[in-house]
This record gives sequence, structure tokens and C-alpha cells, in this order.
Amino acid sequence: MCLAIPSRIIKKDDLMATVDVMGARLEVSLMIMPEEVREGDFVLVHAGFAIQKVDRQSAHEVLQLLAPLLEQEEEGS
Amino acid sequence: MLENIRRKIHEVSRSIGRPVRLMEVCGTYTVAIFRHGIRSLLPESLSLLSGPGCPVCVTSAGDIEAVIDLAKNRGVVLTTFGDMMRVPGRNQSLGEARAEGADVRVVYSPLDALGIAAENSDRDIVFFATGFETTSPLTAATVYEAEQRGTENFYLYSVHKLVPPALRALMSSGEVKVDGFILPGHVSTIIGSRPYGFLADEYKKPAVITGFKARDILEGILMLLEQIVSGEARVQIQYTSVVREEGNPKALSMIRKVFEIADAQWRGLGIIPQSGLRFGTEFSKRDAVKRFGIEPPQIEEPPACSCGDVLKGIKLPTACSLFGKRCRPETPVGACMVSTEGSCAAYYKYMPQDK
Ligand code: SF4
Repeated sequence: MCLAIPSRIIKKDDLMATVDVMGARLEVSLMIMPEEVREGDFVLVHAGFAIQKVDRQSAHEVLQLLAPLLEQEEEGS
Repeated sequence: MLENIRRKIHEVSRSIGRPVRLMEVCGTYTVAIFRHGIRSLLPESLSLLSGPGCPVCVTSAGDIEAVIDLAKNRGVVLTTFGDMMRVPGRNQSLGEARAEGADVRVVYSPLDALGIAAENSDRDIVFFATGFETTSPLTAATVYEAEQRGTENFYLYSVHKLVPPALRALMSSGEVKVDGFILPGHVSTIIGSRPYGFLADEYKKPAVITGFKARDILEGILMLLEQIVSGEARVQIQYTSVVREEGNPKALSMIRKVFEIADAQWRGLGIIPQSGLRFGTEFSKRDAVKRFGIEPPQIEEPPACSCGDVLKGIKLPTACSLFGKRCRPETPVGACMVSTEGSCAAYYKYMPQDK
């Protein structure tokens, strides 16, 4: 349930952003982001909010690991 | 690289020369450790236990009853994360209540629940706010947002729980025999490493915040073993890409704006002092407890279920007489079987030989 997924910011509009989460587009809130982010940055996304910035390298590594984990979590945590 | 870490873990374990028990406190790790086959890489003297790391599992049956009542009898639209749908209350789950006609809607984000409120201004919308510190800043921000947008019919039933007080309760009970802690990465993204300081300072237990990859978990284990060997006890961060010592200050201030700390009922563990979040005064008109006069019923744990001992690392799931028999993921008896991230459910899924 506490899983946060690395996502790339495609478009930013004040406190909202459109992100790419493993191929899907999602609107997320930047209300609790502790630092400025720009288009192209990676952020951790949890339940519709970006909660922290994450570097590209570890974002990619985590995404590789998550792909199979998420498939079996159909309940959607 | 992995092989390197694995070899070092074996070396250090040998020089410790006694059995070592490490507790992991995050449902995602419980599952990741099985998936990566991490136990098979570790020496026999090293055991990994799963602590109270699954927020779905520790949501009390009384709180489930309370939200079922809201949706069934109070004309409320109850919105919830999908994970909560199968969790049993006294006689049924939210999913079963919905099948009987209760208005229960699964949302991905609390902001979606706020959207439902805006579209249904003639109904009261309650969001069932479950989860640890990873999630509570988001529900707090949603309450704040409801106020900004003037969405009057949006309420929250907060059963949010806090990880460090639960660990303190485990340690102070004196029953829990562990040599170190693997601490939850995404909870710590929010709260940072400082709130765990007491584990090292008061209880002399090494602790490491790790990430989710096999390499992260193994590295974290090695860092713990190295602390043990050198007789140290510190809180270290292995997951440096997203965890800072001070956490996420913006998220923390959002939590403080909306909530205050209170005692909380944990399924399997009972009431833990100062381990939950309830509404503070500023936004209390959004509090479903006040608005609907909620008093969650006390519901006894099923007597044969050992989930409390499993969460404390005293028993393995397989030592429970109901495991895999009466208690299975489709028909969970106790807390640890209710979510895919619960320890009993993870054991059931990944250890077919024990079924
Ligand atoms: S197997 Fe079921 S009954 Fe036994 S401890 Fe786990 S949750 Fe409780």
C-alpha cells in the first residue's frame, strides 16, 4: 500500500502535472513536493500525488523491478 | 555485484557467530523478499521476520464496521482505496456490503474522492483514510484542497497509523527478540530517519532504511550485520536516492496542519499509545467522526489466530494452526492474511510446500 512509483513529468501546470507512469498518463498533484520540479524530471507518485524527486538512474532500476510486482497486485495498492 | 554482497553477508555472519534475527517493517519488502528469493541467498543463521508493515492488515475490524455502517445506513457515499475492499469486519467486508447495495466506490487517489464530492453536492462523501505516513500527507492535502475549493460535502474518516510508535510498542513489550530493523523506504521518504532514532539510542538496535531492489535489501542487511559486528547501533539510510534525514518537510507540515496524534487501535496488536492521526481543530468540520457520531465497535480478534505474534516476529505464519486450512487469502481469518502484503498471505503465496 505504501508503494510509490517513479514517473516522468510530461507537462507541468502550477501545482498539477501530467506524468507518465509505466506508459499510462496520469494527472498528479505537486502540492506536497518539497522541491521545484521541471518537465522531464522523475518523481515518486503515490495515490495521485508526487511525494519526492528521484534521479533518472534509480527510477529506471525501480521500474524494472516493479513491472512484475504490479501485475500481481491487481487490487491496486 | 550481488554475489559480492552475498559473500560479504556470509563472511560477516560467520564472524558474528550466533543466530541473527532481522525484522522488516514494510509489506512491499515482505513480498519483494520472497520474489527475489532473498532468503535462499542468506546464511542459515540469519532469519528475516515481517513486522507490522502492512497498513491494510492493521486496520481494525471495528473501523471496517464503522465505514460499512456509514455506507449502508447513513446514506453516505463511502470512498476507499481498493485494498480495503476485502478486509473483513465483524460479518462482512466493504466489498460484500457493496454487493448488497451500499454505495462504496474505489478510488485511486483521495483527490478522486473529492472530485466525486464536487459532482454529487446533494450527497455526503466520506473518504476512508487508511495508511501509514506515506499516505497521510496526501489525505491531509486533500482536506486542505476541499477547503480551498469550498467542497462542503467532503469528509474524512481517519484511521491513519504511525510506524515509529508501533516499533516502540514492540520494543517496550519486551517480547520481541530482534537484532536489527529494515525500515520502510517510502514511509521514510516522508518522515526521514530521525523519528527512528530511539531504536538505536534507547534500545541499541541497528536500523537501516532500504530500497526495494534485491541489491538494496541485501546491502541493507549487510549494513545491519556490520553494525552488529562492530557493536554499533545507528539509523542508516541505504535508500539515499529518495530518503533524506529530514524527510519531506512540506508533507510533514501538511500532516500537522490537519491532524493531531492520538492513540489508535491496531488489528492484531490492540491499542498503541500515540500511534494514529485524528483531526485537529482547524479542519474538524471535515471529520466524519464528528459529523456522523462514529463510535467504532470493539471486535475481539479470532481466538485461534496468531497474527499478533506474527506481527511481533514471535511466530512464523506456518506455526498457526489455521494457516492454509481455514485461513486462506480468499477467506482470511486474521489480519495478516487480508492483504497480499500481509505476512501470512505472502507466505501462503510463495511457499507452496507449506500449504
Ligand atoms: S494464518 Fe490466518 S489465522 Fe493464522 S495467524 Fe495468519 S492471519 Fe491469523
